Amino acid sequence: MAKKRVMVVGGGLAGLAATMKLAELGVEVDLMSLTPVKRSHSVCAQGGINSCNDQTRQLGDSEWKHFDDTVYGGDFLQHQPPVKEMAYWAPKVIDLMDRLGVTFNRTQEGFIDRRRFGGTLYKRTAFSGATTGQQLLYALDEQVRRWESDGLVKKYEFWDFLEPILDENGVCRGCVAQDLVSMEIRSFPADAVVLATGGCGLIYGRSTMSMVCSGSAVSRCFQAGAKYGNGEFIQVHPTAIPGADKLRLMSESARGEGGRVWVPRTPQDARDPLSVPESERYYFLEERYPEYGNLVPRDIATREIFDICVNEGLSVEPGRQCVYLDLTHIDATELSRKLGGILEIYEKFQGVDPRFTPMKIFPAVHYSMGGLWADYERTAEGGLQLGSPQNQITNIPGLYAIGECDYQYHGGNRLGANSLLSCIFSGLIVAPGIHNMFSAESGGAAVELPSALFTGAQKKNQEVHDALLRRDAGNENPYLIHQQLGDVMTKAATVVRRNDQLESAVETANELHERAKKCSLSDTGNWTNQNVVFTKALLDMFPIAKTILKGALQRDECRGAHYKPDFARTSLTAQDAAGRQTQAEAWCDEFEKNNEKWLKSTIASWNGDQPEITYEDVDVSIIPPRPRLYGLAGAEVIEEVWNQRQSKKNELASGNGATTSAEEATATK
Amino acid sequence: MTDIMQNANPLPEEFKVKVLRQDGPGQNTYWEHHRVDYEQDMNVISVLQRIAAQSETIEGKSVAPVAWDCNCLEEVCGACTMVINGRTRQSCTALVDRLLEEDPEVIELQPMRKFPVLRDLVVDRSRLFRSLQKTKCWVPVDGYYDMGAGQRQSRPEQEEAYPLSQCMSCGCCLDACPQFTKVELERQDGESETAFQARKEAEYDKNFVGAHAISQVMLFNANPTGKNNANERVDALMKEGGIQVCGNAQNCVAVCPKEIPLTTSIARAGRATTVRAIKKWFDR
Ligand SMILES: Cc1cc2nc3c(=O)[nH]c(=O)nc-3n(C[C@H](O)[C@H](O)[C@H](O)COP(=O)(O)OP(=O)(O)OC[C@H]3O[C@@H](n4cnc5c(N)ncnc54)[C@H](O)[C@@H]3O)c2cc1C
Ligand code: SF4
Ligand code: SF4
Ligand code: FES
Repeated sequence: MAKKRVMVVGGGLAGLAATMKLAELGVEVDLMSLTPVKRSHSVCAQGGINSCNDQTRQLGDSEWKHFDDTVYGGDFLQHQPPVKEMAYWAPKVIDLMDRLGVTFNRTQEGFIDRRRFGGTLYKRTAFSGATTGQQLLYALDEQVRRWESDGLVKKYEFWDFLEPILDENGVCRGCVAQDLVSMEIRSFPADAVVLATGGCGLIYGRSTMSMVCSGSAVSRCFQAGAKYGNGEFIQVHPTAIPGADKLRLMSESARGEGGRVWVPRTPQDARDPLSVPESERYYFLEERYPEYGNLVPRDIATREIFDICVNEGLSVEPGRQCVYLDLTHIDATELSRKLGGILEIYEKFQGVDPRFTPMKIFPAVHYSMGGLWADYERTAEGGLQLGSPQNQITNIPGLYAIGECDYQYHGGNRLGANSLLSCIFSGLIVAPGIHNMFSAESGGAAVELPSALFTGAQKKNQEVHDALLRRDAGNENPYLIHQQLGDVMTKAATVVRRNDQLESAVETANELHERAKKCSLSDTGNWTNQNVVFTKALLDMFPIAKTILKGALQRDECRGAHYKPDFARTSLTAQDAAGRQTQAEAWCDEFEKNNEKWLKSTIASWNGDQPEITYEDVDVSIIPPRPRLYGLAGAEVIEEVWNQRQSKKNELASGNGATTSAEEATATK
Repeated sequence: MTDIMQNANPLPEEFKVKVLRQDGPGQNTYWEHHRVDYEQDMNVISVLQRIAAQSETIEGKSVAPVAWDCNCLEEVCGACTMVINGRTRQSCTALVDRLLEEDPEVIELQPMRKFPVLRDLVVDRSRLFRSLQKTKCWVPVDGYYDMGAGQRQSRPEQEEAYPLSQCMSCGCCLDACPQFTKVELERQDGESETAFQARKEAEYDKNFVGAHAISQVMLFNANPTGKNNANERVDALMKEGGIQVCGNAQNCVAVCPKEIPLTTSIARAGRATTVRAIKKWFDR
């Protein structure tokens, strides 16, 4: 009987972690990627990776608090068991990466150094200069190379995943893919397919993501029947620099190391920023959020920057939105040691040394919290049943999703330095589940199935490809349509969302989709034809783009990165204590009512032309949702009212002998 | 000089791009000329994007877009390496303004010289990854179960290792090295994929590994766990195509975009192989 094998699609952190763990368990893996895996997008990650650690622990931190920060940061939109498990695994993940040779920065005494990131008050973030993603990815790449030498892993680099192959029972039995060099289309039988293909920033034209982050592979699974969760939750990072080809990130670690965001109090003050006296600078994040300061979560920092530029007219430059991100008060050698990588990027592209001149930064599309719907098996204690084949499986049996392309871990907003963690974690836990599934199943391997299943799928894709090449010349240009799609998405579905704009964006996306179907190719050859590969990716951007837009249009509330001013709760206006108390009571009532309606994941499925949306309840059984204020100046009374309500509830509950987890949760704030 | 040039050419409205094209392995190469409208903040990637969207030469001839490779666009993935105005470097950090200062008329793009061309500016650099396999560049951990933290490392140790670990396998150092010569094989009729792969690897292994892998060996030999099989890596460097091929021309260190101290690594590796050779001789 042939041995069962796994196809892992994507060799970023998630795909590599899954591959090496599967190989360790003795499972043979085919690893496919558009780029050599060592060049995957994960190399771009700069700032670091989170875990509770010995030092923060002694300051009152715990895995529980990391869990709490993550769900609070995500505005409670994620199922809590996987998040809880991830937080409890985080210290082990960092230990493992340390053993694999990651060159984490060290303290004087030789311990792993940590810095603070957004949405927490603890220094949880381990880092390797400002190229943490690169270092983590290389460590995993090296381990996978080791298994490749041993013959357990076979790589297919420069291959484009085209489609999962489903048998007559709807079970995934492999995939079809295309060689980007020879353009050969081939079927790969596999007993499990793991999708680890990252984010979809390219849908927005320019973003902080890499060029292969088109979401094409995910979209192809979506079109084959996989569900897509929380599409409308797209993270816009507060601090990036513009470029004609890409918006380059200036990592949150710049603020983690003490960087301060400000604008001159005088609009478009023409002075050299360094000569603007302290008293004439508006450190708006620090003033508005005295507790978290510059390290509020990203959605909040981005909205505040937007507000300062658009509503208050305080942008540093007249023509475009930007604010200062200032590191000049920090010692230059210290900066080089901890942030060298990103300072070089700024210097290379802007021609200015940020050690001595404040940087000008802009918000940019950065991360997709949404992704393929994935399942998990919950334990009674609210963690994950490790080794369960349900963990990370999509609604298609045999098809798994991990890393940025799943929707599991980050809810409405991802905290900085939590993604590298969720990628490695989901990769490590998917492997034993698949291994167990293989041992439990009695059926034969996919490779022994009747070959018609595989030749049929191959043929179908070959026909699509050939038809594309035969298109008449002189029609639509795919590159221009991509630009237009990016413009529409950036305008309608980023920081501030309005229903009229979203409605018209849906229409435009539909039109563009029709036009894209008529694109003609400027290259009709059959050798390293990047033109046809791009056109296919472009066509596959539309189902996801439409899902983002429709999800955003339907969700009439504000949650995490999804902000609709027309549905924002009004802030307190009363001046007197009693009035404020009443308003705060009303605010909390409204908050609870809104949660009843909207504390639900958006679940999309594709009907062949449009996404259809349903909503799924979120497992918030471990930490009850609470207002997400981050100590906003002037909103203290809301938190007071809320806490009073919670303690009343808890009294009642403990009278009934109910669980203690709710108490534990309120005790953390 | 630069100032005068800048004054003479304030902001050009357009500029020319000259690309060395090749339709496939073993085919003829030819130069093609394109005209691109000048925009602010352009790099060679955005130039190639414009050329792809236009797909028309200066003479007005419709052509297939130039093929090239890229991903991160911020010089951390190594994908976009090519020869720009005669120098091997990353196209994402090659800013048009700087290039036009070198030559206000034209920007010249060619594929890397030491790797087989697949098409236009896309080359096959699998040899680079093969050399990391040959030299066992990984930490030989027991496995991926939770075994607690790794060994403690001092700050100076980290500061020595970190620069080496920033190597993105771009291959600039190899392209510039006089001792590193192109290996290009063709699949023979009837040869299976696996057989061809094995033949390629054998041929790669016979030829110079280059500064890239030598430096990675030094990285892993300094790791507290990696040390344990340092000899295996040093042995790999002593085989055919090993460090003895290096002529110490130092071109490599001059072109490395990550400013990795390659010649220091080479010198250290040289000492390690000498010590190893002597030890082996005594142990005979
Ligand atoms: C600039 C930047 C900085 C960041 N910094 C941090 C940070 O400091 N901390 C943090 O926690 N997170 C950070 N993030 C987020 C984090 O880097 C990503 O979420 C994470 O790396 C995603 O990893 P992944 O394994 O899911 O996918 P990726 O690394 O994106 O890999 C995807 C893989 O799938 C392959 N693939 C894609 N499509 C196909 C296809 N059609 N066919 C075949 N293969 C395909 C690709 O080739 C690639 O190998 C940052 C993100 C950006 C953009
Ligand atoms: S020093 Fe050695 S490796 Fe470097 S360029 Fe010269 S010959 Fe090549
Ligand atoms: S050593 Fe430098 S030039 Fe050579 S591959 Fe690594 S990064 Fe590139
Ligand atoms: S695109 Fe990654 S180095 Fe240039």
